[in-house]
Amino acid sequence: MGSLTLRNVSKSFGKVEVLHDINLAVEDGEFVIFVGPSGCGKSTLLRIIAGLEDATSGDVEIAGRRVNHLPPSKRGIAMVFQTYALYPHLTVRKNMSLGLKQAGESPAVIAERVEKAAAMLELEPYLERRPAELSGGQRQRVAIGRAVVREPELFLFDEPLSNLDAALRVNTRIEIAELHRRLGSTIIYVTHDQVEAMTLADKIVVLQDGKVEQIGAPMELYNDPDNIFVAGFIGSPAMNFLDARLLDEPPEVATIGLRPEAISLGAEGRIEGTVSHLEHLGADTNVYVHVGDRLVTVRILGQENFAVGATVRLNFPPGAVYRFDADGRRIRAGEAG
Amino acid sequence: MQRVKHNWLNLGLMHLALIAYTIIALFPVVVILINSFKTRKAIFREPLALPTSETFSLVGYETVLKQGDYFLYFQNSLIVTLGSLFFILLFGAMAAFALSEYRFRGNTLMGLYLALGIMIPIRLGTVAILEFMVATGLVNTLWALILVYTASGLPIAVFILSEFMRQVSADLKDAGRIDGLSEYRIFFRLVLPLVRPALATVAVFNMIPIWNDLWFPLVLANSEETKTLTLGSQVFIGQFVTDWNAVLSGLSMAILPVVILYVIFSKQLIRGITSGAVK
Repeated sequence: MGSLTLRNVSKSFGKVEVLHDINLAVEDGEFVIFVGPSGCGKSTLLRIIAGLEDATSGDVEIAGRRVNHLPPSKRGIAMVFQTYALYPHLTVRKNMSLGLKQAGESPAVIAERVEKAAAMLELEPYLERRPAELSGGQRQRVAIGRAVVREPELFLFDEPLSNLDAALRVNTRIEIAELHRRLGSTIIYVTHDQVEAMTLADKIVVLQDGKVEQIGAPMELYNDPDNIFVAGFIGSPAMNFLDARLLDEPPEVATIGLRPEAISLGAEGRIEGTVSHLEHLGADTNVYVHVGDRLVTVRILGQENFAVGATVRLNFPPGAVYRFDADGRRIRAGEAG
Repeated sequence: MQRVKHNWLNLGLMHLALIAYTIIALFPVVVILINSFKTRKAIFREPLALPTSETFSLVGYETVLKQGDYFLYFQNSLIVTLGSLFFILLFGAMAAFALSEYRFRGNTLMGLYLALGIMIPIRLGTVAILEFMVATGLVNTLWALILVYTASGLPIAVFILSEFMRQVSADLKDAGRIDGLSEYRIFFRLVLPLVRPALATVAVFNMIPIWNDLWFPLVLANSEETKTLTLGSQVFIGQFVTDWNAVLSGLSMAILPVVILYVIFSKQLIRGITSGAVK
C-alpha cells in the first residue's frame, strides 16, 4: 500500500548538484526520518517525493506506481509544512475540507472525515475559527488534520515542530508518534534535530551534502555508525573525537570516537585531562574535560561534583572505542589489522 | 520595561514641519472649495475670505449642472479610471506572480524589461499612439484611454507587486498545490488576498494621475461623448473670458469621487489578513 521507492534520484539547480543518486526503499507503515544539517538536501528530497519539485533524473514510486509525472494532488500524499501554511481566509473546517472538495468527494464523506479527524486531534471546538484565532500548537494540529482527512498513502512532514516552543514540541512529538500508531500509515519526516529523529523514527536516513550517509534504525545508527559524520550527528551530547595516537591503535586508525556516556572519571584511566566546566542537569552531569587541545564531554549519571582545574583520568571499556580511518570511514573490530 | 524617551523639542519641530506641509498641501484645495461658493466679484475682491451671507452663491454649481454634459463627463472619467485600474491590477498581478513564482529562462531579464517603463514617460510616444489608435479605429473611444493608461500603469504595478508576492509564504502555495488547487485558484484565492495592501497601494498611485490627466483625453478622445471631467471643465476656460465660478465648482465636484475611492483603498491598505497564515 503506502510504500515508497526512490531509484537513483538526482537533482541539480543549474550547475549545482544538490542530490546525488539517492536510493531508498520504504515499507508500508514505516516511520522514516530524513535527518541532516541544513542545506543537506533533505527538504528538496521531500519536495521531490511530493511532486513540488521535479527530479533531474531517477524515479519516484509511491505504492508501486511510478509518479514522476503526476501532480502533487494525484500522488496520494499529504504534507504538513513547517510554517503550517493554513489558508488564512478559511475556517479550520474549510481548511481541512478543501483538498477533498477539490478531489470531488461528496459532502457527506467530507463532513464525516473532518469530524473524525477533528475528534482525534481535539479540534472540535475550533472548527469554525480562522487560523489567526488559534495558538501555534492548535495551528499545527489543524495542519496535521488537513493531511489526515485526505487519507493519503504517504504522509510527508517538513520540519513540523521547529516553529513550536520546547514544551509544545515534546507534546506534539508524542502526538505524532500516537498518530502513526493509530493510523498505521507510512510517514516521511524531515528534521535537522537528531533527538526528534531518534525518538520518532523506525528508520533514519542520514543525509549530508546531498548524499545518503547511512540508513538504519535509530539504535543501529547509534551503536554501529558507518562513518565519522553519522557517529558525530547521532547522539546527544555528541560523540567525542580524539587523535588515535593518544591510545595504542594500529596505524590505519586516524581518529577514535568515544560516547560521552561511555566515559567515567576517576583516578584510574587511559587518558589524562583537566576539568574545564560542569553542567548540572539534575538527572545527570556533563563534565567538560580538556585533553590536549580537545574538549571532551563526559556524561555522568546522577549529581557529581568536580573542581574546575582538577586533573582527572578518563576511563572507558575497550569495547566503547569507535575507530575511524583518515577518510572518516569506520574501522570495525576484526577489520583492524 | 523600557520606556520610549520623548525629546519634546524634536517632537515639536517634527509636528511643526508636518503641520506646515499639511497647510501647503491643502491650501489650493481649500481656496478652490471656498471660492466655488462665492460670487464672481467676491472671488476677485477677496480670494482668501470665507463666503459670507452677502457673497455666498451657488451660481457656479448651477452653471456646471445646467451644462448637462457634466454627468456624462463624470461617468466617462469614472469608467476610464476604474477600467484602467482593473486592468492594471489584473495584468500587473498576474505578471508579478509569474515573475516571483516560476523559475524560467530570462526571468530576471523579463522583470527588468517590464520595469523599464517606469523610467520612460509614455507621453513621448503620443504621436505613435495616436496613429495606432486612428489605424485601429479606437480614437475617440474610452477604450483608447483605458488601453493607454493600462500600459503606462503596468510597469510600476509589476515592480511593486512582484516584490510583495515574493514575500507570500511558498509553503502556502505548495499547500494549495497538494490540495489540488489550480495555479489560477492559487493566484486568485490564496495570493491576491494576501497582497491586498500592495494592490491598494498600486491602485492609489495610479488612480489620481489617471483621473486628473488632461493630455491623453485631449489627444485621443476629445469628442463630446468621450470627454473626461478634466477635459470637460476646460470649456469654462476661454482664451478671453473664463467662468471662474463654473471652473471652481466643477473642480470641487471632481475631487469628491477621488476622495471616496481613496478612502476605500486606504482601508485596504491598513487591513491585512496575513496574520495567522504563517508564523
